[in-house]
Amino acid sequence: MLLSDDRAGIGFLLLLGILAVVIPVGNLAVPNDSVFHVPTYAVALSGKFICYALLALALDLVWGYLGILSLGHGAFFALGGYGMGMYLMRQIGERGVYGHPVLPDFMVFLDWQELPWYWYGFDVFPFAALMILLVPGLLAFGFGWLAFRSRVTGVYLSIMTQALTYALMLAFFRNDMGFGGNNGLTDFKSLLGFDLQAPGTRNGLFVASVIALAGGYVVCRWIVRSRLGRIVMAIRDSESRVRSLGYRDERFKLFVFVVSAVLAGVAGALYVPQVGIINPSEFGPINSIEIVIWVAVGGRGTLYGAAYGAVLVNYAKSYLTVAYPEVWLFVLGGLFVGVTVFLPRGLMGLLNDIRERFGVRGGVDGHVEHPPERGRDGLRDVAQGRPQ
Amino acid sequence: MKPTSITLTEDTILYLQGVTVTFDGFKAIDDLSLYVTKPELRCIIGPNGAGKTTLMDIITGRTRPDSGRVVFGQATDLTRLDEAAITNLGIGRKFQKPTVFSNHTVFENLELALSGQRGVFENLWFRLLSEARDRIDEVLSTIGLVDHVRRRAGELSHGQKQWLEIGMLLMQAPDVLLIDEPVAGMTHQETEHTAALLTELSKDHAVVVVEHDMDFVRSLNAKVTVLHQGRILAEGSMSRIQDDERVKAVYLGGVEAHA
Repeated sequence: MLLSDDRAGIGFLLLLGILAVVIPVGNLAVPNDSVFHVPTYAVALSGKFICYALLALALDLVWGYLGILSLGHGAFFALGGYGMGMYLMRQIGERGVYGHPVLPDFMVFLDWQELPWYWYGFDVFPFAALMILLVPGLLAFGFGWLAFRSRVTGVYLSIMTQALTYALMLAFFRNDMGFGGNNGLTDFKSLLGFDLQAPGTRNGLFVASVIALAGGYVVCRWIVRSRLGRIVMAIRDSESRVRSLGYRDERFKLFVFVVSAVLAGVAGALYVPQVGIINPSEFGPINSIEIVIWVAVGGRGTLYGAAYGAVLVNYAKSYLTVAYPEVWLFVLGGLFVGVTVFLPRGLMGLLNDIRERFGVRGGVDGHVEHPPERGRDGLRDVAQGRPQ
Repeated sequence: MKPTSITLTEDTILYLQGVTVTFDGFKAIDDLSLYVTKPELRCIIGPNGAGKTTLMDIITGRTRPDSGRVVFGQATDLTRLDEAAITNLGIGRKFQKPTVFSNHTVFENLELALSGQRGVFENLWFRLLSEARDRIDEVLSTIGLVDHVRRRAGELSHGQKQWLEIGMLLMQAPDVLLIDEPVAGMTHQETEHTAALLTELSKDHAVVVVEHDMDFVRSLNAKVTVLHQGRILAEGSMSRIQDDERVKAVYLGGVEAHA
């Protein structure tokens, strides 16, 4: 069975299951004055964290298992987000400020006469959903095909992924791209006919995000547990050796990279209706680097570790940016350095070491059966500019 | 002594004809011709820089020759194929440094090397069939690692890693085994074990061994090809090679003097 020797993974899925029940019940069924009441803003915030966790999971698949440190995963996330944003814009219809039945407000404002061709179809949800999967996937396919075929690896590949997201950010900032320029897409009203402000919709989106994260985990777990997964980890550890066994390593890398990009796109699509806006800053290089920190903090090469890391760092971020706004960037920088130097395998690695010290054998139920080697193609390599 | 011109026989599995490779004006391989039959055990020796590793690189498609032909079997031109295709055709290579997948278990290392499925999606659905399992067991006992099957390959001793690599070669069911310095860094006992293993394998494979260790080459009791400056200096049995004046001058003499 897929999860039969994955106790930590089962625990992770159980936790998600509990969250999917407790938060909506606490919000909808528990009266407002009870201590167990979950305020609506907390539902939206939790949903946002869950989307980040899915994004981190996607990154861990390529970084922890394939050894590619992508500094551009925010791009796939943002593209998925824009796909959903376009659908939500079309849903506004005549409820916009200008009341135009077809054109979104920003197009009316820019004096556009008709809808650009690439907006066609986004009023139909199944089409938008397909694009949410297809566009990040195709971008990853094109990018990966070129990069992996030319055997670009290590820090050079990381820099290229960073350049990719930066280029997209600049493009999306332009008004004539037709995606709302620096304001992006916002003022969403409804999704599939449900009012986005209604608590029921918010809880529904939260549960959908949890399901997506659980599904993403199972898919990733299935991939890394297959022979393909063992090949992918072998590529991470010794790429040329895999090639000498007769595998075309670039195809395996491409497959994993595309799957990861699609997962990131799904995360972005679920994120946008919960935060109510998508703009080009989501493509920002810093965003992509933050994702790397989430995964590093949680511990790469475990999948759920990345998810825990994402929630933990973002919880700290939303607390600190309110309580002590001036220290957050120092904390982030400190995390980057601290984790690299002291916790190369993140919190999950630390937990595992503690358990082993206290005599719990077999490494937390085999999830660290193929941990990435310490420091290898990790943050430290990038920090030191060391190519593979 | 020029290599006697051999007319291709049915058991010729690999031949190189007039191969030249130049790196920045330096001729690493210079108009070299070599014939290997199956089964056969062949040792390639030569001083550093003689072109031994380059020769292996040419056969496996890592390096493209500037001119000449490299033919596998009766008519397959290897210079047109990439590394993966050449491997899948039946030419396996063991590198100088043991490069096993140290995070994978011994079993998984052999399973990864198993010939057959090399595509992406078929490996997503891959199930290990019982005959494949039997083959892994068979190879495990050939290389003497049955008791270490569940260990991480990174925990093996140096000698065990070398055998695991040979085992991985065998899993690919190749016709030709190219083996680069198999006994470097091995203990005396491990070296003996390796000699026996290679001799056994040469009964039904073409085994080409590149080696520095003269005692080891002698113990293999095989046909020896001496490379020097990218050319074949001499070819024949070890005793014949040892008597060759030019070989003594460039290579063996020096080594014997050390010993």
